[in-house]
Amino acid sequence: MLEIQNLHVFYGGIHALHGISLNVPDEKIIALLGANGAGKSTTLRCIMGIVKPAEGSILLNGESLLGYKSFEVVKKGVAMVPEGRRVFTNLTVYENLSLGAYARKEQDKVRQDIEAVYHLFPRLQERAFQPAGTLSGGEQQMLALGRALMSKPTLLMIDEPSLGLSPLLSQTVLKRLKDLNRDTGQTILLIEQNARAALSIADYAYIMEVGSIRLEGAAADLAKDDQVRQTYLGIH
Amino acid sequence: MKISRNTLLTLGALIIFAGFLYVAQNMFNTYILRIINLCAIYSIFAITFNLIYGYTGQFSLGHAGFAAVGAYVAALLTMSAQQKEANFFLTPIVPALATMQWPFLFAIIAAGLLAALVGSLIAWPALRLRGDYLAIATLGFSEIIRVLLVNMQPVTNGALGLKGIPPYTNLFWSWGCVVITLFVIKRLTNTSYGRALRAIRDDEVAAEALGVQLARHKLMAFAVSAFFVGVAGALMANLISTIDPKVFLFFLTYQIVGITVMGGMGSLTGSTIAACLYTIFLEVLRPIESPFTIGNLHVPGVPGMRMVLFSILLLIVILFYRHGLMGTREFSWDRLFEFFRGKKKASPLTNSEGEQE
Repeated sequence: MLEIQNLHVFYGGIHALHGISLNVPDEKIIALLGANGAGKSTTLRCIMGIVKPAEGSILLNGESLLGYKSFEVVKKGVAMVPEGRRVFTNLTVYENLSLGAYARKEQDKVRQDIEAVYHLFPRLQERAFQPAGTLSGGEQQMLALGRALMSKPTLLMIDEPSLGLSPLLSQTVLKRLKDLNRDTGQTILLIEQNARAALSIADYAYIMEVGSIRLEGAAADLAKDDQVRQTYLGIH
Repeated sequence: MKISRNTLLTLGALIIFAGFLYVAQNMFNTYILRIINLCAIYSIFAITFNLIYGYTGQFSLGHAGFAAVGAYVAALLTMSAQQKEANFFLTPIVPALATMQWPFLFAIIAAGLLAALVGSLIAWPALRLRGDYLAIATLGFSEIIRVLLVNMQPVTNGALGLKGIPPYTNLFWSWGCVVITLFVIKRLTNTSYGRALRAIRDDEVAAEALGVQLARHKLMAFAVSAFFVGVAGALMANLISTIDPKVFLFFLTYQIVGITVMGGMGSLTGSTIAACLYTIFLEVLRPIESPFTIGNLHVPGVPGMRMVLFSILLLIVILFYRHGLMGTREFSWDRLFEFFRGKKKASPLTNSEGEQE
């Protein structure tokens, strides 16, 4: 589905990405792990057309995404749940969800899809006409997810869903992602600092360190790998 | 059933209001008529500012400039050839404009369109900026327009201004324009387009990530806003019948911002009500600028004293009543009925368009 080859990014003089390559196959959950400043978010920004890479290619189903603006990338079927949720706090839950479908043409199906999101996250239905700012952190994360799903993405990218959530809540959110992937075959690119949680739901994972990919492998293997366990999972 | 009731009420209120305007136009003296007309003009200013700032979150301070464009266009298009000749005694007017005289309606529309054009041209570069920087840039543009007016002697008669503009503006024109402005902008904000504007206000990055084209939406909001500001400027020129660049100082924008804040950011009807209150309030307070005596304390007349009071009022609103008169709510019949029934809980989905008065 998504193929990134040899991606280089510079922020001014700083070489932020040193030629990373990764592959997101159809109907899989791929995790991109790493500490602060590893380049995970920069990779996402490149895909969304917010940052221009100096070199490399990004292909979505064989078609290059380079040179497109964010709204065009969204129209091509990529949705992003931004870091820190970023729901529209003064708009109601319902309005937030409708905005998720903004880039779509068939507006008549939107109502039906909102129902589907309510089905996935029943809490959102209870709070449909409440300003999103009054929701708890976990509910806001669910709303951000639901909002991204409203665009019917072929590729769903999620930046740090567990940020600022209690361990229990982040477990719930990640489990929902797994359910979504299993039930609808949604392809997901998951960005996380919480490696243990991410590895528990992902099929394949890439581990980044200061701008390059350090390790990659099936999630189950990485979770067992000694080096990974010591460095990223804190198990000795 | 319920919708038709509200629509009927709105229509009824409009008819009653039109009747009131008719009576007022024929019975009140020019002083009172002037005040009611100014209420309408300030309402349009505040409603349009609300679209840019209250809904879209773009802190633009260019209103005085857009109003100036509208006012000059309408003035030049409605003045007779003789009037123009009498006005332009230092430098002759450019020949193309000398004999041009249009009906008021077309002059208003032209004023709006040119203001919208200027608004879009300004918005194009300025909307890359955010927050305070946008405010500074638009404020600068507004001043540039004013300086141009002073210096384009053959077109604008420079600092001498234009005098003897035909006083076409009456209550029907001014309040008619308010109703149209309210209707158009309310409609606009109820569509998915309006929702996108509010999304931009809340979080630009997230809005962009959902596929909202920031530049296009902001530009549209600017253009629509500038159009109606231009219309209000035209009404103003043909109401006070004398304009010069000094009418469109930053002070005008400042008043508009103040009115909008008092009415509530994001409430169009709030803007209208606040504009009326403000205009009337300024007139009622006129005596405090003349000399008066309290006990044995003699206060000499201080011009501008009303504005001091206005500033204090604005401070009080900002400190203690931050949401303004209406907050983000709109006047609606449902709310009114609930108020009279003494119910506290407002239904969460009151979206019916409301007319004030």
